[in-house]
Amino acid sequence: MMSRIEKKITISANESLHARPASLFVQKAVKYNSSIWIKKGKEVVNGKSIIELLSLGIEKGTEITLIAEGDDAEEALQELEELLMFYEKKN
Amino acid sequence: MKRKTSRKIKGIGASGGIAIGPIYLAGREEFSVFKRRLSQEEIPHEILRFEEALISTRKSLVSLQEEVSKKLSYEHARIFDAHLLVLEDRALIEDVITKIKKEKVNAEYAFSEVIKKYAAALASLRDDYLKERAIDINDVAKRVLSRLVGKEEEQPLLSLKEKAIIVAHDLSPADTAVLPKQNVLGFVTDIGGRTSHTAIIASSLGIPAVVGLRNITEIIDEEDILIIDGSEGTVIVNPSPRVIEEYKLKRTQQARLKKIFSLLRREPAKTLDDKRVTIAANVEFPEEIPLVSEWGCEGIGLYRTEYMFLGRKDFPQEEEQFQAYFDVAREVKPDTVIIRTLDIGGDKFLSQPDMPKEIHPFLGWRAIRFCLARPDIFKTQLRAILRASVLKNVKIMFPMISGVEELKQAKAMLEETKSELRKKKIGFDENIQVGAMIEVPSAALTSDFLAREADFFSIGTNDLIQYSLAVDRSNEKVAYLYEPGHPAVISLIKSVIDSGHRHGIKVGMCGEMASEPLYAFILLGLELDEFSIPPAWAPKLKRLIRAVKFSDAITLAEKIMRVSTAKEVEKLTRNFLKEILGNKYKSYLSE
Repeated sequence: MMSRIEKKITISANESLHARPASLFVQKAVKYNSSIWIKKGKEVVNGKSIIELLSLGIEKGTEITLIAEGDDAEEALQELEELLMFYEKKN
Repeated sequence: MKRKTSRKIKGIGASGGIAIGPIYLAGREEFSVFKRRLSQEEIPHEILRFEEALISTRKSLVSLQEEVSKKLSYEHARIFDAHLLVLEDRALIEDVITKIKKEKVNAEYAFSEVIKKYAAALASLRDDYLKERAIDINDVAKRVLSRLVGKEEEQPLLSLKEKAIIVAHDLSPADTAVLPKQNVLGFVTDIGGRTSHTAIIASSLGIPAVVGLRNITEIIDEEDILIIDGSEGTVIVNPSPRVIEEYKLKRTQQARLKKIFSLLRREPAKTLDDKRVTIAANVEFPEEIPLVSEWGCEGIGLYRTEYMFLGRKDFPQEEEQFQAYFDVAREVKPDTVIIRTLDIGGDKFLSQPDMPKEIHPFLGWRAIRFCLARPDIFKTQLRAILRASVLKNVKIMFPMISGVEELKQAKAMLEETKSELRKKKIGFDENIQVGAMIEVPSAALTSDFLAREADFFSIGTNDLIQYSLAVDRSNEKVAYLYEPGHPAVISLIKSVIDSGHRHGIKVGMCGEMASEPLYAFILLGLELDEFSIPPAWAPKLKRLIRAVKFSDAITLAEKIMRVSTAKEVEKLTRNFLKEILGNKYKSYLSE
């Protein structure tokens, strides 16, 4: 079943989305069939692209929206959110 | 042969130490990428060529990663994760292919244009760490380009056969990872900052490095001799023999000190009879933060925030402050940082237009008094500190508290700020500790009441001494009266420490007195918990503490409570130290 889910996440007062977590994020994102997008303000980038993700400049305190669209959208979003939250807690 | 002119260039010290030697210029040449128009038939071949370049670069990166993992560590090898992802990046690859197809241009050109676009986007970000990822991307790009133009991928640094100082426009993580380290005397680069890979690798290897020298690669020649001073952040090109001798001496001295201090760095500040105290750092500017751990301090006992407020016409915004507080907290973690709220007035004046001139600035509208009257400024700072406290290692300290009421008012404003943040669902440390600086005699005398309201005390001796002895130290006619050992001062300090301990809170000191070994010994005997001092003093203080017994310090402290002048206090302490440390006691003091 095709579905589109969105979720708002604040990279709260912690670490920016640096190379390491960004790499992990992309490594996980590419495993899914769904398209993954990250929205910051008006900008939307491909969540499967490290270079776009880094250029978006997700600095600490930024609110982003994770968007997944496809048959495995739900699992994708859950895993990616957990990953981000893990980095939140760790720092 | 005529000696070349010598010149000194200032950069950013990225890793301490001195290196003297010949240079090795690495990777000065850049690829010239030419634009070539393609005919329609050439396009599929061009795309194939591009994809092959990606694949073969990937292969060589993977083997490089394995090599680094073996030679250095798994963690260092992780650097290449991002590199590899760039090579597989769909957005990037599609961009390049589209460009080749649409604009009918060669792969080298299409690729380098796309890379430029992304590197520029990264370089424009505010975050230094992300900014420097532009370097990673350029590094990958160079590798791919060298494949495309049919060159063997260069590994210039592998061919470093003799000891030399490496001079480069920039060093990529890949470059530094494969270096024959035994031959590297130091690093010097045109670009980069304290968080660049060159800086990180250099300091982890203990090799001096100066970065951010702009155009050093253009200024110097292959035959030049260099001196680099990583602590000062300077480079001297073609120094005179006299200067070389000077730096050689400095290097020997540094090496000797470093040896003694490095032995102490990780050792706890513990007396012979196992009394543990904390030696923390006083920090005035962000540039000093790396020194905290370099000198073996446990966190920051006094983080002054005035630097952000001085010399400007407006007040720093919450975001700017937050960034600074967050960075320092992250830097010292897992140790803690005590952030002191704005302490202006006195000898520090704001340039803001509405600050009135005062006749007695030290008795005037300063520090917490100013902050309580200007909730707009104060709460902005409190919000920024609270937000940074999500890292759970931040404490707040209010300066110039003169009595319980003032402390309560400041705390109320903090509570207000907290509930505003809660409403907005902004995270902070709910258990953030709040301390009072004890630097006014009235606060010292009412410390028993203050201790019920505070989570910790920090004694500011510079002001406490000048207020209790009524001496302006900068007035040379009366400066002789400024005596840290004055019985009045000692007895105030004792009562503050005792009140704190009666109520179960820790008492620290962040004035100069704590960094002078002679007084530090007295303070140890008065049972001070934390000594917060300029970081470079830490090894000396630690050395003393590790050489004495707590029980002896207590004995001395009891004795000095019975003498009536500062001179006697000092004499008594000196003789006592001589007795327990022997003739080498002087080497433990500042003299």
